[in-house]
Amino acid sequence: MVKASKMRQRKDGFNHTPIWKRLRRDYVLYLLVLPAFIYIFIFNYIPMYGVQIAFKEYMPGLGIEASPWTGWDNFERFFASPDCGTLIWNTVILSVYQLVASFPIPIIIALMLNQCNSIGYKKFVQNVIYAPHFISIVVLIGMMQIMMAPNSGVINTLITALGGEPIFFFGEEGWFRHLYVWSGVWQSTGFNTIIYISALAGVSYEMHEAAIVDGASKFKRILYIDFPSILPTAVILLIMAVGQIMSIGFDKVYLMQNSINMPVSEIISTYIYKKGILDTDYSFSAAVGLFNNIINFVLLISVNGLSRRVSGNSLW
Amino acid sequence: MAIRKSKEDKVFDIINYSILFILVLIIIYPLYFVVIASVSNPDAVNSGSVTFWPQGVSFEGYSKLLGDSSIWTGYRNSLIYTTCGTFLSVITTISAAFSLSRKQLFGRNFLMGYFVFTMYFSGGMIPLYITVNNLGLYNNPLVLIILGMVSVYNMIIARTFFQTNLPDELFEAAEIDGCGTFQFFLRIAIPLSKAIIAVLVVFYGVAQWNSYFNAMMYISNKEYYPLQLVLREILLQSRMVEPPTTEGAIVDLIERQKYAELIKYGVIIVSSLPVLVVYPFAQKYFVKGVMIGSVKG
Repeated sequence: MVKASKMRQRKDGFNHTPIWKRLRRDYVLYLLVLPAFIYIFIFNYIPMYGVQIAFKEYMPGLGIEASPWTGWDNFERFFASPDCGTLIWNTVILSVYQLVASFPIPIIIALMLNQCNSIGYKKFVQNVIYAPHFISIVVLIGMMQIMMAPNSGVINTLITALGGEPIFFFGEEGWFRHLYVWSGVWQSTGFNTIIYISALAGVSYEMHEAAIVDGASKFKRILYIDFPSILPTAVILLIMAVGQIMSIGFDKVYLMQNSINMPVSEIISTYIYKKGILDTDYSFSAAVGLFNNIINFVLLISVNGLSRRVSGNSLW
Repeated sequence: MAIRKSKEDKVFDIINYSILFILVLIIIYPLYFVVIASVSNPDAVNSGSVTFWPQGVSFEGYSKLLGDSSIWTGYRNSLIYTTCGTFLSVITTISAAFSLSRKQLFGRNFLMGYFVFTMYFSGGMIPLYITVNNLGLYNNPLVLIILGMVSVYNMIIARTFFQTNLPDELFEAAEIDGCGTFQFFLRIAIPLSKAIIAVLVVFYGVAQWNSYFNAMMYISNKEYYPLQLVLREILLQSRMVEPPTTEGAIVDLIERQKYAELIKYGVIIVSSLPVLVVYPFAQKYFVKGVMIGSVKG
């Protein structure tokens, strides 16, 4: 007790030291954080300053500051363009589909793994299902094209063997969303179980024992013990995922695009890349990007507030 | 346990084990298929007759691949980018995380806010592109090492780790013994945080090895291409090229497709080899990292 009170005094004493003394005393700590600070400044904050080109007509020769202001022109051009509605729709629908398909499966798998009595079997399954997470997107899509090729792909061989007509998966726009979402499920389900498995590890075994004595079957125990105890984790993850609905990644969609599926596969980020980098329409693209980022930001802030109210948990 | 399994539970176990087994098959089969296809006769693979066992074992794909210089240049580049990038990232992240985990740091909340804000808002693709260009980093391989040097998410994981594993008392005790902050970081904090360093190495390393986007954005010289971009050309672009116009172009296209058909399985295996080698290690630390990350920092 004496020791504890001394410690408190000591810590309290810390905070009454004048600022300049604290800065001098802890200069090493500032030096340690400096490289990361500079990196973030250059590659995150300078671009934020550069986002003003969304309101300008950026000319590389003039630089960001000297380029003439154009007000909301770039935004108006985007909202007036026929692509606008389709792009937003494609982005949202792909993202929502992905969320709905990929969210529940890891929970179910984690609950099932948790009920494996054989530790060896459980470890084996885990080792296998985590593996796809480490495959690069380029390889993943390469593998999909191989497996789903119209003549030689294993999937079509199976379909024809069962008496069906071969399907040209990459040559029909209707397949794009399914391929995108379900390959994502294949790749990330295993990995997404980790967080639930670790939450399940925290469930006290006494509760299960009591339930066993009362004659509860495994299925009942999953339903009334395991599931409720990972529900808070699931709710937080779901809320956070909703906050990222508009920030669906560029990498995979871009690689899966071809001229046939373009009407459904063109999303905001791929559009920004094409307009901005390939067509060098910098300001217009920056405006579209800013629009998207503001939506993301607002979504995240509101979702975070919601999460705090619902579960008492939030990111900050 | 003394309690006997009920009939219901036995049925449950059978169903549970079977579904998990089917899951394992679904995950493993595509990976297995690539392996057997890579050592099969290309004609057998193209006709779709390779399903469970390799047909007419042939290493033609691998031998062609060995002679392909673009693959090996990409390999070498990726190894360099991954090693240097990961090294730089881990050092920067660890030291920043250590600093931010110390309660005595004046302005700690401001600094955290400074970092965390970038997780929620960014200038976007185009302003970053202009910034990189203005720095003269376009088509400079350094850009692939520098970009992504600090991931704020990873930094928060490391900071959480330090906060839970390096209590202030430890620091105070060391201070009384005459140990300065830097000494403490180097001699006490680092040796005690091998686990988190391993987590960071794996997180950064795998991400760096697998990424193609930065290279596509900022590198135009093929000499500097990382492996993933070379793979993209071989795996994904052989069938997406413009329709050929001249007869020579058609022949050329057919040749290219044939070549790609031949080597694509082998190239997938070879490119995944480094990840495969570190997989047991990587898997363990990935899991650890996710768990530390799930504790709110």
